Amino acid sequence: MRALFVRDLTLALRAGGGFGLGLAFFLIVVVLVPFSVGPAPDLLARSAPGVLWLGALLACLLSLDRLLAVDFEDGALDLLATSPLPLEGVVAVKAAAHWVTTGLPLVLAAPVLGVLLNLAPEGYGVLVVSLALGTPALSMIGAFGAALTVGIKRGGLLMSLLVLPLYVPTLIFGAEAARRAAQGLDATTPLLFVAGITAGVLALMPFAAGAVLRVNLR
Amino acid sequence: MELTVTDLAVGRGGVPVLAGVSFALGAGQARVLRGPNGSGKTTLLRTVAGLQPPMAGVLKGAEDRVAYAAHTDGLKAALSVAENLRFWGAVFGQRDIDPALQAFDLVALADRRAASLSAGQKRRLGLARMVVTRRPVWVLDEPTVSLDAASVQLFADAVRAHLNAGGSALIATHINLGLDAEVLDVTPFRAAADTMAHADEAFL
Repeated sequence: MRALFVRDLTLALRAGGGFGLGLAFFLIVVVLVPFSVGPAPDLLARSAPGVLWLGALLACLLSLDRLLAVDFEDGALDLLATSPLPLEGVVAVKAAAHWVTTGLPLVLAAPVLGVLLNLAPEGYGVLVVSLALGTPALSMIGAFGAALTVGIKRGGLLMSLLVLPLYVPTLIFGAEAARRAAQGLDATTPLLFVAGITAGVLALMPFAAGAVLRVNLR
Repeated sequence: MELTVTDLAVGRGGVPVLAGVSFALGAGQARVLRGPNGSGKTTLLRTVAGLQPPMAGVLKGAEDRVAYAAHTDGLKAALSVAENLRFWGAVFGQRDIDPALQAFDLVALADRRAASLSAGQKRRLGLARMVVTRRPVWVLDEPTVSLDAASVQLFADAVRAHLNAGGSALIATHINLGLDAEVLDVTPFRAAADTMAHADEAFL
């Protein structure tokens, strides 16, 4: 399991691995928003939590269609399926590696980009916490979507359509927590909801993804 | 413990391809699968490897004992030869990759990136993975594709060493490896699958 995690991180960091793609996308979206909205600091400040959450979600989605497809195409997935590792574990580890290379940089970059959007000072802490709690769920749900579409050529579109509705609860509560904090309100309840959704997803999704993968490998 | 296949029926996408396949493969034994393209050799091998369930029949002694190699080698172009092997070793709980590198003449290439290998060298690396896994049953699907005569010899030697160490091998190949192996022609079982499908239609 650890070997697989280390291998996925190494592959992502080496040339052509796609590390930084999500981060660059996030950066571009957030930098362009003030230009398209216009010079309205209070409007920007109000929409900042939502824009940051939406940008992070879409950036997360960007690299998901290669999560399992690469291993499927070069045969590594077949070989992993015949190895002592359970497929559930394989999917969970790959989702974890995806989070470290995509989700974690987004969490760390979000406060910097918050400045560009004139985010209220009270909002930064909760924004980071809500993203840190929510993005693991995005990676795990995405891994499930990738497992569903693994045998399909150009399955990225189908995967996005399948995964986006599942992302909605995390987005609602994550953005709500950041918005409340930015307005100086108590953000505990939505934060707990995000944490609960993530805990449930991390507990159940690996089994769903493993089962789906087993069917798709036949 | 030997691998036994009894009255096995295998299919692709719900369509039966082979039926009534029976054989046993004990320690130190090898079996060569023969049959024209599309006759179901790959499907049979994937079933034995546990990648798909059999449609009927019993498969014993394959669980967690099979190392499988197909047309694709599962190599990562961005990793070096040694890193690729070490990864598969770690997955199968093994650390020692040197015997595998030596068996397939890859020692000099150990630090080269897999991306810069030729097709034959990649294939050799893919087969070296079988040695690294230390699994007793090798299931090989056309292992000699893109290998030259010398590499085929290396491969045959590796299989022989594996058999002498008490392993067994099930190989689908069209060339003569010079192994002391029984040949299993899948063509007659294919006919059985056809009649099975017709019987179903008649029944409906």
